[in-house]
Amino acid sequence: MNTRLFLAKLIDILLPVLAMVVALVVGVLLLFLLGTDPFEAYSALIRGALGNVSGITQTLTKATPLLLVGLGICIAFRGGVINIGGEGQIVVGALAATAFGVGFGNMPALILLPLTLISGAAAGLIWGGIPGLLKARLGVNEILTTVMMNQIALRLMNFLLRGPLLDPEHVAAGTSIPQSAALPESIWLPRLVPRTLFHGGAILAVLLALAVYFLLWRTTIGYRIRAVGLNPHASRYAGIPVAKYVTLSLALSGMLCGLAGAVEVLGVHHRMLEGLSGGYGFSGIVAALFGKLHPLGAIPASALFGALLVGADKMQRAVQVPSALAIALQGLVVLFVVSSDLYVRRRTRRRVGDDGSAGPPATEGGTRDAVAEA
Amino acid sequence: MDELFTISTLIGILHSCVRLATPYLFASLGETFGQRSGVLNLGVDGIMLMGAFFAFYAVFEGHNLWVGVLVAIVVGIMMGLLKAFVSVTMQSLQGISGIGLYLFGLGLSSLLFKTLIGSVEGVSGFRQLAIPLLSDIPGLGHILFNHNALVYLAYLMVPVSWFVINRTTLGLKIRAVGHNPEAADTLGVSVNGVRYTTLMIGGALAAVAGASLSIGLQNVFQENMTNGLGFIAVALVYFGSWRTVGVLGGSLLFSLVNALQLWVQALDIPVPSEVAVMMPYIMTIVVLAFTARQIQKPAALARSYERGE
Repeated sequence: MNTRLFLAKLIDILLPVLAMVVALVVGVLLLFLLGTDPFEAYSALIRGALGNVSGITQTLTKATPLLLVGLGICIAFRGGVINIGGEGQIVVGALAATAFGVGFGNMPALILLPLTLISGAAAGLIWGGIPGLLKARLGVNEILTTVMMNQIALRLMNFLLRGPLLDPEHVAAGTSIPQSAALPESIWLPRLVPRTLFHGGAILAVLLALAVYFLLWRTTIGYRIRAVGLNPHASRYAGIPVAKYVTLSLALSGMLCGLAGAVEVLGVHHRMLEGLSGGYGFSGIVAALFGKLHPLGAIPASALFGALLVGADKMQRAVQVPSALAIALQGLVVLFVVSSDLYVRRRTRRRVGDDGSAGPPATEGGTRDAVAEA
Repeated sequence: MDELFTISTLIGILHSCVRLATPYLFASLGETFGQRSGVLNLGVDGIMLMGAFFAFYAVFEGHNLWVGVLVAIVVGIMMGLLKAFVSVTMQSLQGISGIGLYLFGLGLSSLLFKTLIGSVEGVSGFRQLAIPLLSDIPGLGHILFNHNALVYLAYLMVPVSWFVINRTTLGLKIRAVGHNPEAADTLGVSVNGVRYTTLMIGGALAAVAGASLSIGLQNVFQENMTNGLGFIAVALVYFGSWRTVGVLGGSLLFSLVNALQLWVQALDIPVPSEVAVMMPYIMTIVVLAFTARQIQKPAALARSYERGE
């Protein structure tokens, strides 16, 4: 690797970090204007997220769904499609896992656990696959359909949690908290650290990150997904069925988000309840962008944003600075990261190389046109 | 069943339908400007929340309601400028930068709300303004001519937007830039200038959409009070085939369903209303699926423009 390429790669990795630093500086100004002590707030945030075992395990627990969603976002982006439907896919994944786990509670755990996870993943696959198919076959903008699918999923959840999935014990007791019955304890994901929420889903997520890396860069399917993402026109001339791979990218993306929902149910809440998706569908996009849309980059990125979310909650309790600061900071990080892409694109136009960290795929416009023509 | 279907409930539902279309109209008409010039702004929801908060805050602090609207417009223009800088000047992926803008608006409006106000408070927002004579028409008068000023303004924006887009020089430039930026540039139209303008118009209208919620319809501010309405507004532009009349139709469809839902809840009818509420979303997907190939969308939509070197 020559020096110039090395420097370029180094800058690629440093740009998101720089974006984070700039976002944090804007955050300092904001807090200052609002009359709070920014340094007190930030130190409470860092202490809360990383200061003790409880904080660290909470951070990793939050990082788990972020990583799973982030991996899904990576696949979609690499395939040249945008998946805004993470929230909805998480919800249907969690609903399906709950319905299966509660409904077939008598099965032996060894069979029930994988099947519960699979039903969550399958629901996500369908929820992402529908927009994928509509885009591939009819040229419907996937951003809009995934947004609509989010709304449909939320309504479905409201309906199911107040009707068919409502905990019978709650009905009997006359309380009406919209949540499902608990899943059998035998299939709860094991705690990695006793007396914390940190569960085995984290290991699953990291293994899947390796699997997604392998899929995207070591298999024909992955090569084709990336080829379609980078240049759908050329891919079609090369004989790749573009429509099929567009559908596949969105379906796989939805599958990982659906799995995130199932893992949240099995690992953290042990039942389905409102607000389970917790904005992970959007925060996962932020983590994926921060990790340069690389599955392995998504690992540290999701840990970082997990820390931000946990730290912000702790900060709110410790120094009364609203945790919403974390959401605003995420927004700024996205704005800065996508803006800094201009620099990366200008450079990759001069030197195009596919080393797994090349410029962003030709999302928007590009695929849509090619798909519409196909 | 007699009680459910009286004329007065029907009038009530239609009155709510007309009224509840207000935020959809402002936001999706604003988005139409941006998209006709080739920029997809997915951050409408974030801008709405910022507009809703600032309008509410101004009124909460004792200012005039119109000052509230004005403050919202200023904030909306600033959010539009931010979006324009990121997606026009920095040529970033438009869908994703919209998500960034959404999260920024969502987070910042919540942060400001909790710091500056703290708890859920009400204000007295725009009052109903019955139009003399017209509001006396039986039935129709109440449905159409007995609303607050922001509602009338929203409907007024439909012909105004149509006129600006289709009958003015600015509109011609907007359409040219959205259809073929290279050609427009060759003819001396500033592509970036036009796109900055449309995004500022869109931002202002999105913010007024938010204000119409916080000081017009609900008269309260809550975190994330738009509940994704801004995203629907973006879809309505596609739904309406980038035409103002189509946008009006889509807005009325969604507000009609909202009005029906309110009615169902109020009368405590045992209908799984959640299922009924899914219908407009499913319908939107179906309509998009049937029209995606036929309709003439702005050719350069969601494509950044960079001058050749």
